[in-house]
Amino acid sequence: MRKTSSDSALLRIEGLRLHFKTMRGTVQAVDDVTFSLNRGRTLVVVGESGCGKSSLARGILRLLPRNVETYSGKIYLNGDELMCLTDERFRREVRWVRMSMVPQAAMNSLNPVVRVEDQVAEPLLVHKCVTTREEAYERAREAFRMVGVPLDFMTRYPFELSGGMRQRVALAMALVTDPELVVLDEPTSALDLLTQANIMNVLKQIKKDIGVTFILITHDIATSSELADDAAVMYAGQLVEFCDAGRFYLDPLHPYSRGLMGSVPTLWERKDLMFIPGQPPSLLDPPKGCRFAERCPDRFDKCEEEPPLTEVDVGHWVKCWLHR
Amino acid sequence: MQNEAMVSVEEQQNDVLLSVKDLRTWFELRRYGFVRVGHVRALDGVSFDLKPGEAVAVVGESGCGKSTLAKTILGLEPPTAGEVRFDGRNLGKPTRELLRWYRARVGYVQQDPYGALPPFMSVKRILEEPLIINGVKDRHERQRRIYEALTQLKLTPVEDFLNKYPHMLSGGQQQRVVIARAKILEPKLIVADEPVSMLDASVRVEILQLLRELQREYELAVIYITHDLSTVRYFSERIFVMYGGKIIEQAQMEDLLADPKHPYTEALLRAIPDPHPKNAETMREVPPGEPPSLLNPPLGCRFHPRCSKMIEGLCDQTEPPEVDLGDQHIVGCWLYTDQQS
Amino acid sequence: MSRFWNTAKQLAHYPSAVVGLLIILGLVVLALYCLFTIPYSEAIRLWRGGEDIWGDYPKNAMPAWVNIFPGVDVPVTIKVDSAETPETKDVGEFQDGMRVTTIDLAFDYRHGDFPAEVSIFFTSTFESSRPFISAVWLTPDGREIRIADEAIGRTHSMRLSGNRTLQRRLGNQPAEVGFFLDPNSGDQQTALKGRYILRISAITFEESSAVDAKLVVYGKAHGLAGTDDRRRDLMVALLWGAPIALAFGFLAAVGTTVTTMLIAAVGVWFGGWVDFVIQRLTEINLVLPLLPILIMVGTFYSRSIWIMLGCVIVFGIFSSGIKTYRSMFLQVKESPYIEAARAYGASNFRIIFVYMIPRIIPVLVPQFVTLIPSYVFLEATLSVLGLGDPVLPTWGKVLSAANSQGALYKGYYYWVLEPSVLLMLTGLGFAMLGFALDRVFNPRLRGQ
Repeated sequence: MRKTSSDSALLRIEGLRLHFKTMRGTVQAVDDVTFSLNRGRTLVVVGESGCGKSSLARGILRLLPRNVETYSGKIYLNGDELMCLTDERFRREVRWVRMSMVPQAAMNSLNPVVRVEDQVAEPLLVHKCVTTREEAYERAREAFRMVGVPLDFMTRYPFELSGGMRQRVALAMALVTDPELVVLDEPTSALDLLTQANIMNVLKQIKKDIGVTFILITHDIATSSELADDAAVMYAGQLVEFCDAGRFYLDPLHPYSRGLMGSVPTLWERKDLMFIPGQPPSLLDPPKGCRFAERCPDRFDKCEEEPPLTEVDVGHWVKCWLHR
Repeated sequence: MQNEAMVSVEEQQNDVLLSVKDLRTWFELRRYGFVRVGHVRALDGVSFDLKPGEAVAVVGESGCGKSTLAKTILGLEPPTAGEVRFDGRNLGKPTRELLRWYRARVGYVQQDPYGALPPFMSVKRILEEPLIINGVKDRHERQRRIYEALTQLKLTPVEDFLNKYPHMLSGGQQQRVVIARAKILEPKLIVADEPVSMLDASVRVEILQLLRELQREYELAVIYITHDLSTVRYFSERIFVMYGGKIIEQAQMEDLLADPKHPYTEALLRAIPDPHPKNAETMREVPPGEPPSLLNPPLGCRFHPRCSKMIEGLCDQTEPPEVDLGDQHIVGCWLYTDQQS
Repeated sequence: MSRFWNTAKQLAHYPSAVVGLLIILGLVVLALYCLFTIPYSEAIRLWRGGEDIWGDYPKNAMPAWVNIFPGVDVPVTIKVDSAETPETKDVGEFQDGMRVTTIDLAFDYRHGDFPAEVSIFFTSTFESSRPFISAVWLTPDGREIRIADEAIGRTHSMRLSGNRTLQRRLGNQPAEVGFFLDPNSGDQQTALKGRYILRISAITFEESSAVDAKLVVYGKAHGLAGTDDRRRDLMVALLWGAPIALAFGFLAAVGTTVTTMLIAAVGVWFGGWVDFVIQRLTEINLVLPLLPILIMVGTFYSRSIWIMLGCVIVFGIFSSGIKTYRSMFLQVKESPYIEAARAYGASNFRIIFVYMIPRIIPVLVPQFVTLIPSYVFLEATLSVLGLGDPVLPTWGKVLSAANSQGALYKGYYYWVLEPSVLLMLTGLGFAMLGFALDRVFNPRLRGQ
């Protein structure tokens, strides 16, 4: 059981495993991930593509494809264990009621033939969070206001809105049912710089106004710092470091985290860019022992054994033999 | 023929590789396939000079015209007006021969590494195509050049890669093949349109560094188009900022970063965070509104509806001139007309 | 080439593909076998028919293998020929300007059912005096039935089954029944089993004159496929139908698919007027009804299979395939690698053939394979409608003859079933292969 400094953990994940069956074998997308997130804080999950962060999001929300082989572990939302719920109960009571998600490229996943106000009101009607349709549309209006979309845009169709606007509509859809936790999967990757900054502003404002807990999944480390209170680094399906933002952006411990930070180009700070040579291992057949050992500049012989996730400091967990 | 042979004296003196003057590329918009409704003014008056071996970054948001600029320079879109001179030769209304001569001297690196490679061709075949098309008849010569290209792009051992198909390669490797293909004809200029934006963050740096090395070693001029401003400092000497189909500011890299003149450039730079935990505590200043429609651009300066420093009666009426502030720093803004050096 | 083997390996995953491939291979082997054993001219000759070729074959006989089934006892044709078995002949001495030759054509009859017909064929050699014959039928139980006494020419056919006189003599039973009827069978009317002898006494009036007789007791079953109303062995048509069907289907499918694709590619690449014209031509063609036009051509112009094939291809080129390929080419045209090819100077021709068309081949191949049976059926349809090629033996021809002779009404099911089954097998084989190819080439159709 992980204990954080104040026991106001909204989300606690223990040993989450998500493996997929494919034609070429079993993909171990999420392998034994454990962390806890306090209410009102924003966790950014960073890592390269294929490290399993999107699968983690799907695992938390139980949005699983048909070829799942293993889905195990424990997920506690506000003390309630979720893995033991049936799929139907999960759908009714948890998904989009207590937890929701803004998927990747959400702006492209809006239904093109339905007006945006209808799309935003729909979760309320489906999950019976309201008693009348008027109430649903009223809450939809509130959601629009929160994300900063002018109300006269409500009756439009998605194709009439710009990319940034559509992303805000997707965000409104996720927020309309007043969930406790919102997972954002690459919310700004397809957007222009100024639009990105706008969306980040919106998220910051929402955080301040209603104290929603966010999990932000992204590979864009620079933008993630706009919102992060805590950071989790994933590599090859495993969690390799978990700490608060201050620690992560300034001086992380795990060699991969350091490599990642070193490879982020900075506009203002003068530094030499590093890059991590090689490629992440395939999730089909991950190497034994530490999965990063192959590319690690500080590798030594103990790394042939898989290191445990150790708490090196309050709320700071590292999966590395160097920090035992 | 005579016109193309005549190289302008000025250019010879300044050793200019590519000279673009008031380039405009407009796309006709038709309804029902017949009715002409208007023009999308994707590129609306762009001018700059590029020296041999110089790396220039072109930045801007989507819809600013940077991709159209790339395509026009590559000859993939015919310009509507303006002039492009390469190595002294005028490329307006080119003959087939001229076009061929030109295409062998300009390489194209595209955004999508997988899409840029024909999925049914092996790496060897992909690299052979430009050679075959441009008349390298000797098989051994082609073989040699392919080996050379793959080695330069650090795709070694070469034998391993020759028979692979694009889907067998990682994103980074695919993009290297694309660059190898762009380089194999030994061009003088490479146009790279968002070359790393579809690659993983960790691979981006590797590829950009490789491109930079190649640029320095072979004296290639590179036009590096991107929307990711944080990378530009590492990979180019000069930077052009585009907005609404025009270059609103161009300067040397450090100059622009230290002292941006155009309000849009300022806004852009303000919006880019370096990763730091303090960012979570403050809101960023962002200019309101959206980029302008290219079909009906606003009257006067394209940025004026969003500009906090707009001068009424001037910015909303007349397009600002290009003001040369010296030291290769040129800005298109009414705020600086009295500072012309 | 390695991609070919890759595809083959993937195909092996689908049992339907393997079955389909086996069926097709079977048909191809059949076609090749047929082409070697019965050359083209021979086939035409055989199919044209006539007494001299098919005279010894029964009419409308069902396949002989029905006798494998227990309890089924269908008589097969029995032939006894004195020319082949000279021991049946007892040639007498030439005395007083006459020579008596006795021919005993004997055979064992073991069926309970009666034969279909009985005929006697005489051949004789003489200069001017015609020989005289006398024929008597000897049953196993010792009865003698007089058949005929008459003079014969160089060839003489006695079709006893239609002989009214004989019929009356046999108590109003046709020859094939009367000869074999067991007198003790009463109302049951079964045949008497045993040894029957046709005794022919021939008198020749010249030294060199000689007579040969052939008795044919026509069965009701023959060969692997049976016979039709013109006594033709259906195997000829069934065998020859295979290469014709395959060739027609294949050529038509290739001709249309390849041409359609090329035209779509050209239209898409050049755009503008070219594309416009091609699309309008296609749309007009889509509205035109193919079968009625073919019927018109066949009726007023020529029924030659090559003309038909030509028409089918011409009308098939501007088909809906153009629309399909066009949409695919439009997608491919926007690919970044096409743009890159233009940037390094590829010509239009090169782009179409080297860069665009290979992308279409994964869609083209399965479509082409599934198209083959459509054309095979088209050819059969034309034949059934009476517009088939007049000389070629095809499956459709067999069906057409069966139809006009009322085969189903008369109970000659095999006549209809055999070509139908072959047509269906062809369709099935290609369809299964085609669908499996589709799934191999287009992984999105595979499902999880």
